[in-house]
Amino acid sequence: MFGFWRETRLMMVRNLTRWARNPAWLMVGLFQPILYLLLFAPLLDSLHMPGVDQGNTLKSFTPGLLVMLAMNAGFAGMNILDDLHDGVIERLRVTPASRLALILGIVLCEVLIALLSSLLLILAAVPMGFRADWPGIALLFGLLVLVHTMMVSASYAVALAIKDSNALAAMASAITIPLLLLSGVLLPLTLAPASIRTIAHANPFFYVVDAARALASGEFGNPDVLRAFVIVGALAVLALLWATRRFRQAVA
Amino acid sequence: MNPIIETRQLKKEFRVRQSKERQPQIIEAVKGIDLVVRAGEIFGFLGPNGAGKTTTLRMLATLIPPSSGQATIAGYDLAREAKQIRSCIGYVSQAGGADVTATGRENLMLQAQLHGLSRRDAEQHTNALLDVLELEALADRLVKTYSGGQRRRLDLALGMVHRPRLLFLDEPTTGLDPQSRARLWDEVRRLRADGTTIFLTTHYLEEADALADRLGIMDDGLIVAEGTPESLKQQIAGDVITFGVKSSNGTRQKLEALFCQQPYVREVHPADNQIQLYVERGEENLPALLHLLDAAGLAVQRVALTRPSLDDVFLRKTGRSLREEHA
Repeated sequence: MFGFWRETRLMMVRNLTRWARNPAWLMVGLFQPILYLLLFAPLLDSLHMPGVDQGNTLKSFTPGLLVMLAMNAGFAGMNILDDLHDGVIERLRVTPASRLALILGIVLCEVLIALLSSLLLILAAVPMGFRADWPGIALLFGLLVLVHTMMVSASYAVALAIKDSNALAAMASAITIPLLLLSGVLLPLTLAPASIRTIAHANPFFYVVDAARALASGEFGNPDVLRAFVIVGALAVLALLWATRRFRQAVA
Repeated sequence: MNPIIETRQLKKEFRVRQSKERQPQIIEAVKGIDLVVRAGEIFGFLGPNGAGKTTTLRMLATLIPPSSGQATIAGYDLAREAKQIRSCIGYVSQAGGADVTATGRENLMLQAQLHGLSRRDAEQHTNALLDVLELEALADRLVKTYSGGQRRRLDLALGMVHRPRLLFLDEPTTGLDPQSRARLWDEVRRLRADGTTIFLTTHYLEEADALADRLGIMDDGLIVAEGTPESLKQQIAGDVITFGVKSSNGTRQKLEALFCQQPYVREVHPADNQIQLYVERGEENLPALLHLLDAAGLAVQRVALTRPSLDDVFLRKTGRSLREEHA
């Protein structure tokens, strides 16, 4: 067990170092979500929508943005393709280290950076008038760990299977856009016809968005919260196992 | 000596789907090989590109599963004990596998620690290797700034930083200048002297000849010959005489007929613009052959007398020359 966490940490540090060496990359990753907030949130103020508390658009939109960020993690697989093509993954695979530990270290590095970016986003929202229940936000970050783990792992699994960054980017867009529209992040699904609402129930992000909004208001007892944790937790484990399986077989 | 690698009918098939055909095609990259590598030797796989050398190496290094057959490496079963095998081996692929966005030292430290070395041991091994391979001055530079030869030395270091008992090297000197190549050969010999078994592939005849204690010559997924370079060359009795001829007129056919009649000529191998003979006592019989040609009024462009090389062995076993590929 000690060996497992050591291997995970070694891989995490290796990838964090790589990020740190590329400041431009890091800046875009960290500050892009704030741009969303600055450019999109003001539009919400002048909207009049049923089902949205008029005085509180920021309170509903900010948690949504955090979830939207997690969808961007669908593109994370591009980062592993360089390693695959340079033979780094094969080199790692010839060591006796646990395959799960190796992939988990890389995934956790991405998750850590995403959480940092989420934190910056929350901090930027406060001066704009965002008020939230802070213990709720803390628990929301716990949910975000699972959401990011799920997305990053799935993206790695697909990347290692198709081995082509262009194909991965096309696929990630094709999948994340419907996930986004059917999650209620941008506009509440209460506006949608019944048929679309039914489809949305198959989207894990639909539950995540509900849970995120509930947590931001401090509604710990809301059943949406538990439901999101269970659904996303299970999917995160499955995605991680899937990525490990692809990693085990990955050949340059 | 104990065998460190033993394979029985090791086979690898790839399914290749061609765009136009619906049916996936099955390509037999390795067609069932039996192989023994002894502890402490440098074993070389010689063969043209596409012969199945790399595929075999990757199977033995636990990277791809065999389609069928068995292998035992360092006493462990390849199918069931991959993790134990990984603790005993090092592997340097053709691509190398260094992370170009990290420094040489970081690469080595990570590899050593993932092999289970403590931080202190990893540091000690890394420093010792950087010293031996003369990479110290570059150790803290990003790998993307290294030259080809420096990069290849780091690749080698990555394969051996944990001091494995068995080291796989896939085409270790491809693309290197002669100086870097000689240096890498020295390193490989030094490793063997320290007790490491080395299994390498190459398509360079000189490399196989100079470096390997024993060789397997591979062609089209099979081992066509196996032995020490000397014993392989001795299978070709006598010397090699090569006549350069113009292929246009009938001279070549006449020459062939004439050569075949001589009792001391063992084999005649005609090629595009040359004829190769395996001859007993080449030094003595070459003048006699030239007299015969004179008397028959047949002209040759050039003539060469050589000892048999590994290429002659390859030619004899496969009917093709290894050199043709690079010509």
